[in-house]
Amino acid sequence: MTGEKKTEKGKETIQKLENVASEVYDRLMETQIPFVSLPVRTKKNIVFSDRHSVWKYGDTMSERTAKTLDGAYMLLRTMYTIDFIRKQINTKKSSTLREMYYISEGWDLAKFHAQQESDRLIEDMEIMTKGMREDFKLRPEENGASIIGNITIEEVVRTGAKRKINCRDDIGDAGYTIPYNVEKEKIKFKDWDADFIIAIETGGMFDRLSENGFDEKSRAILVHLKGQPARCTRRLIKRISEECKLPVVVFTDGDPWSYRIFASVAYGAIKTAHISEYLATPSASFIGILPSDIENYKLPTDKLTDQDIHALKSELSDPRFKGNAYQNTAWEDEIKLQLEIGKKSEQQALAKYGLDYVTDTYLPEKLSQIGLIK
Amino acid sequence: MATPIAEELAKKQKEISVAEFFERNKQILGFDSLTRAMLTSVKEGVDNALDACEEADILPDILVEIKKVEKARDEYNIIIEDNGPGVVKKQIPPIFGKLLYGSRFHAIRQSRGQQGIGISAVVMYAQLTTGRPTRITSKISEDRPAYQADLVIDTKKNKPEILREETFHWDKKTGTKIELTVQGRYVREKRQSVYEYLRSTAVVNPHARIVFIEPDDTKTVFERATDRMPKPTVEIKPHPEGTELGTLLKMGKATESYKLLSFLVNEFSRVTPEKAREICNRAVVDEDLRPQDINREQANRLLDAFKLVKIMAPPTDCLSPIGEILVKKGLKKEMKADFIVTSTRPPSVHSGTPFQVEAGIVYGGELPKDQNIQIMRFANRVPLLYQQGGCVMTHAIENMDWRRYGLEQRGGSGIPVGPAIVSVHVASTRIPFTSESKEAIADIPEIQTETQLAIRECARKMLSHIRKKLKLAKMKEKEEIIRKVLPLIAEKSAEILNKPVPPIEQVVAKIMNSIIIEDSISYDEKKKVHKIRINLTNYTPHAKKFKLGAVVPSDAKIQNIEPKPEKMDHVIIWDMKRIPSTEKRVLGFEICGLDRDDYDENELYVDGIDPELVSGAEEWDATAFEEKSKMTEKGEEEIESESETEESKRTEIKEETEEKAGRKEETEEKVTEEKIEVKNVEKKIELESEDKESKKTEIKREEKKEETGKEQWELEKKKDETKKVVKEKKGEKTEKKEVEEKEEEEVEKKIESEKGEAKDSKKAEIKKDIKEKAGKEREEQ
Repeated sequence: MTGEKKTEKGKETIQKLENVASEVYDRLMETQIPFVSLPVRTKKNIVFSDRHSVWKYGDTMSERTAKTLDGAYMLLRTMYTIDFIRKQINTKKSSTLREMYYISEGWDLAKFHAQQESDRLIEDMEIMTKGMREDFKLRPEENGASIIGNITIEEVVRTGAKRKINCRDDIGDAGYTIPYNVEKEKIKFKDWDADFIIAIETGGMFDRLSENGFDEKSRAILVHLKGQPARCTRRLIKRISEECKLPVVVFTDGDPWSYRIFASVAYGAIKTAHISEYLATPSASFIGILPSDIENYKLPTDKLTDQDIHALKSELSDPRFKGNAYQNTAWEDEIKLQLEIGKKSEQQALAKYGLDYVTDTYLPEKLSQIGLIK
Repeated sequence: MATPIAEELAKKQKEISVAEFFERNKQILGFDSLTRAMLTSVKEGVDNALDACEEADILPDILVEIKKVEKARDEYNIIIEDNGPGVVKKQIPPIFGKLLYGSRFHAIRQSRGQQGIGISAVVMYAQLTTGRPTRITSKISEDRPAYQADLVIDTKKNKPEILREETFHWDKKTGTKIELTVQGRYVREKRQSVYEYLRSTAVVNPHARIVFIEPDDTKTVFERATDRMPKPTVEIKPHPEGTELGTLLKMGKATESYKLLSFLVNEFSRVTPEKAREICNRAVVDEDLRPQDINREQANRLLDAFKLVKIMAPPTDCLSPIGEILVKKGLKKEMKADFIVTSTRPPSVHSGTPFQVEAGIVYGGELPKDQNIQIMRFANRVPLLYQQGGCVMTHAIENMDWRRYGLEQRGGSGIPVGPAIVSVHVASTRIPFTSESKEAIADIPEIQTETQLAIRECARKMLSHIRKKLKLAKMKEKEEIIRKVLPLIAEKSAEILNKPVPPIEQVVAKIMNSIIIEDSISYDEKKKVHKIRINLTNYTPHAKKFKLGAVVPSDAKIQNIEPKPEKMDHVIIWDMKRIPSTEKRVLGFEICGLDRDDYDENELYVDGIDPELVSGAEEWDATAFEEKSKMTEKGEEEIESESETEESKRTEIKEETEEKAGRKEETEEKVTEEKIEVKNVEKKIELESEDKESKKTEIKREEKKEETGKEQWELEKKKDETKKVVKEKKGEKTEKKEVEEKEEEEVEKKIESEKGEAKDSKKAEIKKDIKEKAGKEREEQ
């Protein structure tokens, strides 16, 4: 039954891919210069979707046309990639993004010069076909990060068996590792007893909270983001939040890069704005470290580097941080404050006041501010 | 009775020796630092050697060797050897051992010699810093032995002293060799180094071969680029304009003329008896006065009169520019670059002193893109390495807006940034240096203007080169698309859909949307033939027809033009009949009798088609074309006379003027009587015509802003030249002086009448020579 379903899904994907090839082919037959239209994928072209409360691509389109060298190569690679994915679906195989990059080595002129190029093209093709890379049987190289907390997950493991895993009792200190596919056919939430999800940027802080027993004491599900979170991590957070009706808080360092991590969890990332409604959790709250926290908690700091300053300034023109209409953090004021003080702090800087400070003082204060605990 | 204080002082005063003077004025003389002292020593020697060779009409072959003196700190042996005519035994002591001795000091001519303080100062420096004598070896004839002397300067008396002398066999035809030991420091990397000086010298003296051996035995040979000697420079008499009081008095004392009138005529340039009489009248000085008796008062009045009486500008044929082609050759052999362009201005005059500016721009290659451009300055073929910031040549560059020529320049002034070297050479009978160290030229507006005009001509060509390159790069990309990528897209999309491969020719034309012109030059060394091939493809979706022009040098024989051209002048013009989309055409021609380097870039133009559609040829710009053909002519005659073409043009104008004004010639005497009146009118005309001229030229040169004021002066100069032609044509017939003056005025009247008619937009027959004179810009008007 499921096998049949899959084949149907595969057929549909192949049809969508062939439509893209057709567009190019037909244009050539009409003696027109072939091109494909794609939304401009920069911060200048993301708009807030009221329907999904996330940021998605706007209406500004760019043409990848064979008139320019880059455009021509993009079209050529698209043709080769379509051919490759089609074969992969037909032979019921899957590959990693990195493997696909290496496979392109044999494509002569159409080969990619960096994995970034091929990753990006796959994203473009998601947009063109309105599909997801999972439909192309492509998966990321790395798995998602870890979860610790009282939630029981049912996972369909590689043998096809269903296995129930409680993310507090059935796992080691490293937590439950999030697989790359976290869709319903793979993962289901069976049972949970927690008040909120706390997503943490760094492994060091994740371990600190787990060692201090924060998950049990504060009835929290800890999710390690591992820096900029993978798609599956964001998707899982969203699913738990929606299906288990748990609020989400994000706890990161106090630097511009961390704000972007939060934005990708809560508002949607620019790179994946075409699927923001699947990945972003609009209700997520930020609990620091904010520039004002650096001052309020008198945290040890580092000087902002030139790149930091550049990133901060760029965030000032990022619509996701603009105004305070859609978010509960006054980003503009905070970013300006940070530019003014010229300092940044890591979340682990809280250790200045002792190892328990974060769990005993900082987080309770922050969480009560947003009404999650009393 | 006590001795007067003055007497006491006098004793001390005597003791201020030349040596002390030297010591105190080291910086003026160019010996202020050890590095600079080294450079100055070499420079004086090499300048001397080059001058000597040129005077004797010998292609210079110069050896410069610098050796570190062992166990001595900062001491070096310098050897400079040339193949010049040598120096006669008697002259060796004064030339090398007496300060301020030389033959060129008073002469008004273009020479290097006036540059420095002379080789004797180097001898003095060597002696003062190391205590060693200078060894001079000289051979003046093949059948005579060489003479060698070790000499020092008696610093108290400023007199040479021979320490040792001998004669011996020297295996050399003729020549001079100087060996001295100085305190100095040898550097190589710096811009102001001996190496850079010699390299720059090689650029502006393409006829010289220089071998340089450095202290670490590195040997560099700066090969000569031409076997043609520079045009010999001619000595001229001083021009009244720019003469100073002292000079006038001195000349009065020295002259052999008995009367003021003949003194003025004989000793000054461009003073006719009439003019001399006019000067005397205006100055209210008796024309029969003995020149020796001119007093200060009278001299001052004479100087004033010099300014009031209109005297023809001094002759400019005394100058010897390097010439466009040779500047290019010089730059080419010493610089690695993509593109070199040069230009030589016609001679010009400021305060009675003739001068001429040449410029060159070297672009691309390995030159750094993110740094200020390099500036190479030359005065009378001598590189100027110090005081760049204070020099008129630098100021001329700084005051141009380089952004319009494709270089970066903050705020549109200052030294621009880009991969370029700008070289400027000023040749003059007297270079107006800012100071005695003679490293920077003063801010003379005329020189700045000429420099900018010369640089602009180069910059314009540089810009079109840059544009051409950009366009070419774009075309290369498109070619990659249509030749490689697009066929694969077609194939692969067909494969995916399992359909036949679509045809792409029409799409190719749409992508390129351009007429591609590819040209090549091959050279047959034996036959001395340049073969030019032009491939032309219509990569546009439509059929096209247009005209294609190739500029060719007018002095060379052109043959085998394929296909038959519509016209053939300085430009071969083909009428390209309808070329259907995606079709090709091949054209070609051959040039006989030029050296390889004489023709290294095809200049192609298109007309009758949107130039944006064409890659590989420029828009047919009538102005540019005119310039081109002029340049070609200039190139061919560059050694003989740079301004010949322009002048001959004016001669034609003049001839027509004569015909037209023929009836006036009959009433010659009348004209003479009316002379003074006409003169007054002339002033007015001048003002008016200048005004108009400046408007016209503005259109011609796009640089409207920068040109203001300059044009007026341009006109003046043109007039001067016109007059000069008149004079040269009629010059021999001195009895017709009056005719001559009348003609001068007619030229000016003519200019006026031309303008009047044009203003009334009467298409008179006169139009043709108006056009020639004022250029095509009027038509545009």
